[in-house]
Amino acid sequence: MTSERSVTSAASAAPRQAPARGEAFTVGLVVNPVAGVGGPAGLKGSDGAEIQRRALARGASLRAGERAAQAVRALLARRPGARILTVPGPMGEDSARAAGAVPELLRIVPGAPSSGKDTTAAVEAMRDAVDLLLFAGGDGTARDVLDGAPSCPVLGVPAGVKVYSGCFAVSPATAGAVAAEFARDAPAPGGTDGSGTYGGTVEAEVVDLDEEAYRRGAVSPRLYGTLRVPAVRARLSGRKVGSSSGAPGSAEGVAAEVVARMRPGVRYVLGPGATTMAVGRLLGLATTLLGVDVVQDGELVAADVAERELLDLVDGRETHAVVSVIGGQGFVLGRGNQQISPAVLKKIMASGGLVVLATQQKLAGLNGRPLLADTGDPEADALVEGYVPVITGHRESALYRIRSAIEEFPS
Amino acid sequence: MSGHAGDSFAELPVAPKPPLRRFHQARWDEPIIFEQSRPGRRGVAVPAAGVPAVELPASVRRAEPPKLPEMSQLHVLRHYVRLSQENLGVDQAIAVGQGTCTMKYSPKVNDRFVTDPRIAELHPLQPEDSVQGVLEIYWRLERMLAEISGMHRVSLQPASGSAAIYANVAMIRAYHASRGDGERRDQIITTMFSHPSNAACAKVAGYEVITLMPDENGYPDIEALRAAAGPRTAALMITNPEDTGIFNPRIEEFVGIVHEAGGLACYDQANANGLLGITRAADAGFDLCHFNLHKTFSTPHACGGPAAGASCVSEALEPFLPGPTVEFDGERYRLDADRPRSVGKMRPFLGVTPNVVRAYAWIMALGAEGLREVAETAVLNNNYLMHKILQIPGASAHWDRGRLEQVRYSWQGLFEETGVHSEEIGVRAADFGVHYWTSHHPFLVPEPFTLEPTESYSKEDLDEYAAILAHVADEARRDPELVRGAPYNQTIHKIDPTSLDDPKQWSPTWRAYTRKHLA
Amino acid sequence: MTHPYIPNAEPGVRAEMLAAVGAASVEDLYADIPSNLRLDRPLDLPEPMASEHELVVHMRGLLARNTDTTEALSFLGHGCYPHHVPAVCDEVNGRSEFLTAYAGEPYEDHGRFQAIFEYVSMMAELLEMDVVNVPTYDGYQAAGTAIRMAARYTGRSKVLVSGAVAADKMSKLRDFLDHDIELVIAPVGPGGEIGEVEIDETFAAIYLETPNVYGVVETRGRELADLAHAAGALLVVSADPISLGVLAPPASYGADIACGDIQSLGMHQNYGGGHAGYIATRDEERLVAEFPSRLFGVAPTSVPGEYGFGDVFYDRTSFALREEGKEWVGTAAALWGITAGVYLALMGPEGMREIGETILARTRYAMDRLGEAGATVLHGDSVHFREFAIEVPSSDALLAALRGRGIFGGVRLDDRTLLVCVTERHSRHDIDRLAAAVQEGLA
Repeated sequence: MTSERSVTSAASAAPRQAPARGEAFTVGLVVNPVAGVGGPAGLKGSDGAEIQRRALARGASLRAGERAAQAVRALLARRPGARILTVPGPMGEDSARAAGAVPELLRIVPGAPSSGKDTTAAVEAMRDAVDLLLFAGGDGTARDVLDGAPSCPVLGVPAGVKVYSGCFAVSPATAGAVAAEFARDAPAPGGTDGSGTYGGTVEAEVVDLDEEAYRRGAVSPRLYGTLRVPAVRARLSGRKVGSSSGAPGSAEGVAAEVVARMRPGVRYVLGPGATTMAVGRLLGLATTLLGVDVVQDGELVAADVAERELLDLVDGRETHAVVSVIGGQGFVLGRGNQQISPAVLKKIMASGGLVVLATQQKLAGLNGRPLLADTGDPEADALVEGYVPVITGHRESALYRIRSAIEEFPS
Repeated sequence: MSGHAGDSFAELPVAPKPPLRRFHQARWDEPIIFEQSRPGRRGVAVPAAGVPAVELPASVRRAEPPKLPEMSQLHVLRHYVRLSQENLGVDQAIAVGQGTCTMKYSPKVNDRFVTDPRIAELHPLQPEDSVQGVLEIYWRLERMLAEISGMHRVSLQPASGSAAIYANVAMIRAYHASRGDGERRDQIITTMFSHPSNAACAKVAGYEVITLMPDENGYPDIEALRAAAGPRTAALMITNPEDTGIFNPRIEEFVGIVHEAGGLACYDQANANGLLGITRAADAGFDLCHFNLHKTFSTPHACGGPAAGASCVSEALEPFLPGPTVEFDGERYRLDADRPRSVGKMRPFLGVTPNVVRAYAWIMALGAEGLREVAETAVLNNNYLMHKILQIPGASAHWDRGRLEQVRYSWQGLFEETGVHSEEIGVRAADFGVHYWTSHHPFLVPEPFTLEPTESYSKEDLDEYAAILAHVADEARRDPELVRGAPYNQTIHKIDPTSLDDPKQWSPTWRAYTRKHLA
Repeated sequence: MTHPYIPNAEPGVRAEMLAAVGAASVEDLYADIPSNLRLDRPLDLPEPMASEHELVVHMRGLLARNTDTTEALSFLGHGCYPHHVPAVCDEVNGRSEFLTAYAGEPYEDHGRFQAIFEYVSMMAELLEMDVVNVPTYDGYQAAGTAIRMAARYTGRSKVLVSGAVAADKMSKLRDFLDHDIELVIAPVGPGGEIGEVEIDETFAAIYLETPNVYGVVETRGRELADLAHAAGALLVVSADPISLGVLAPPASYGADIACGDIQSLGMHQNYGGGHAGYIATRDEERLVAEFPSRLFGVAPTSVPGEYGFGDVFYDRTSFALREEGKEWVGTAAALWGITAGVYLALMGPEGMREIGETILARTRYAMDRLGEAGATVLHGDSVHFREFAIEVPSSDALLAALRGRGIFGGVRLDDRTLLVCVTERHSRHDIDRLAAAVQEGLA
């Protein structure tokens, strides 16, 4: 198991841009060879040597290497000149060679069998040496990559059992295609405000489930940090004249609307996540990505608060909770923001209310399934059940159904 | 004349055509018009003043002549005729690929009416007695659209469908303001798959927009509507069938919920082609609706306009219509500009007259029975094409339910397998003389393509179109690089769009291009 | 009988297709529409014309009830102008490859991309600005959008608008800018130009028209540009491009955004249906970001020497999300843009200079002649282009008298004021005929 230490990639502070056309484009490749091994074996994940041993004992085969090779093949078909820098053996070299590449190798020797620590070490060894880091694995692998604090944008080749994080392409072939498109693009116009989200890369959340709990039937996603991934740019097609330009719903647009709706004298509890982080950024406040923060009248009242502290901070004044959707299942309460405890939520719902932040795209990805609250207290969950306002962009919102996870998934 | 059979290199009968057309688009390799200029030439002569010249003060006099091209008349004409040949109109192509845009045949005879000087050379402020014919056309078209929608009055002033949506929002705003309710009602509710212009126009008019997401079945969530509707609701703005082609059967309930909350219900009828004579906006209780004359009523798309829109309203909304309106007293037609509660002008003068004339003539060529035939055939064509498309491995349509006049499909299966994007499939399909459009926001259907075959296309056209897509999908599997490298049979080859987003390089005009790249 | 516009109405093919989709009848395909919403009767529409010939006869009957401006002698303008339309303009915009095309992709509709790129490029030369949009609906919309762009650019919400703007256009601006932008109307000076104005740091822009609603050419552009810029505001100028062969382009005196209508450049009057709007700016990223409309630009292809085209800076909304929502984009007036390009290519620099000089001279001649005929010519000392206002005892009486002589004498601005329009289409003889009729009408 990887450590649960919470980190944010250093790359988000100083995003590295793709090289201009003509320069050699270097892709780092890291493969978690045992990723996905637990899936077909019905083991709901592959974290930990013991699970991997059991899976292999059940006859599971190693498929992450082949999926990584598919991605490299798709990349090279479009960018034959791309250089591959990777780890000797099954953590990348084998896949690169299977795809017909002649890789350059890091001088590190991974353990046998390799572990999450080797993934992290490989990412660290590639710092400043690659333009894009391609890794094959699942959410656990993404966390290991995050721990390595990559210096460049990252793209996941889905090869794990759990692939809920936003850093994965939809298939190995598309990972290669996206990598090739990223390599082609010259440094994108950064915009004039320096936010750096325009063009080249966007931030994607790394979430993972607690596998132990998952095996017991509890879905418990948690946000671990964010990685910068290549933005899939609007392409030439689809620019239909008979339509309004652009899709609403960037994190900045959502944040702008949140700030526009903030009222004087009212307290706002900001949950973890990249979108709530954008709210803090817009207010010019040092809010935290993974913690719960409290703001009021444009000031940071408290950062990264614990439940007990929060209970005092929401006492006796109008307070609203502003939370985002964690993972692909629709959880908004009780996952990664347990600081907003039943007691805290009861006070908030008595004085103010709950607001969810999500793009229309993310809501639509739920395919009509409800948002979920799982504070552990059915009474507290019941307070938010029904339809909750979801801010989806500038002057735009949706009303979306929210249910108690206990009702949605009765044990 | 004696035959030389020995020299023959081909024999009669001519071999049958191959399954797919061996198309090649015109490729004139035409320079930019500025590159064809030679000082001293000109394309048209201008009348000389014939009266004393006026000396302009230096403050308003142009210092340098504009650097326009200098060309003789034939060469201007030839340049543009060549460019026109490098373009695909409905008259050449099987244009079923532009879903939501209802590409249909625009009868040639209707173009003749609008090039007649008694339309083309009319000034919009002529005395009413000199324009009785064109006013009658406006009046009669208004009455026909009122019958088709079931609404009370219609304004033909909006310049397009989106402009008609905007006019409807403006009337909604004026209606609530007239009741002293304008400040409070500051929200407009729409649905995820309504055309995005509904949300955009509402925002321009100052409204906050609440979007209803689709439920598990693909219909907008009616319970979310119940939760959203209230004293702040100005209106529901909804497309039906939505851009997915799915008709919402509970539409009357939606309207009822909004009415109960004191809001208005506004129907985006851009997708009306399958509904003519089948069901009407007014019958579901709507207060306003709009049509696109360039979609449903056959006026040509003209490379992106001029178009024309029609805003249709119930009796309660009539006072707010854009002015002037055309009125008829049984003998003569006149313009009524004295409308104190009107939202005012949406555009100059009365409307996009050439398209009003064309739409009128089109309906007059079909009548009630013909319009119903149009709707039924559009729906049948669409379902037939869907049947053909879904047989192509890798193509799918979200939500397993009936479709009316269009379908938003997905190449997601093919994409995951091959890494080839929908857009790349579309570009390759153009090598066979067709085109398609992917999707606008919301990008919920992955790797989308949206087809709307209208009533204009024959079964043979639809078979050919489906065969082309099947062929390209097959190519994507066998040789993805072939598809990605397309086009091959077009006017130009694959474009590198990188510079278009780089302020240092982008060249939105020849002036910018020469400054940045030729200096 | 199968209708000529509906090939699959033929019963045999219909049956084949129904069988393919597994439906017994088309009714099956309408199953999602509740029966209570179904129209249970035929639409109540006029009997259709049974043949093309009958349709032509019917339409001919309607058209015969119009008298057009080639039959009557028309001096009507006020936003829609009777310029000569070169035959090549009609030929090109009647080409069915252009007329019936959708706004397609840069490959199969390359011709349209190039033609529109050339149109914006020729406008750019005329305007001396580097960025010009794919046409919007009309000059009204262009003005409204240009003002919104200025407001977004400056982050301010107040605009000083020249009072010498057509009433209908002002109505459109009021509605379109309502809620977001406050309009402050500038007075009109005695010479018909914009009067003395002041602005402060709360203003986003000064909006000026030249020639203005009275046909008066504004001469204080530079002064207004300096005034606007000193307050951190923009100067937005609406100018008719047909005047720019002789008149200074707005950019030359400091305008930040130019806009206007292009109907003059090769579009027939079309009873008001020939309009399209342009918006132009310098090539500054922040200004370009505020265009809601499309911008086409050159892009290279995989073959050297081949021009490709595409959308410049397509994802422009990212900027606006943090400020104000942008306007919608829709089907607007592309074909009129192509036509205006043809017009400018035919005219060239010489043609544009000559037409400007002819219009200036004939406008002045008409002002002099109508003054001699007894009308009071307003703003007589100012420079006029194409239009001027006259004062008479009764607008209605004079218009009626002129109408009786086969003349549409002008647009009625109020009980006593008429607006007279003169273009290159009006010969000296035409103007003399008007003057004589006015003299009789006022007698």
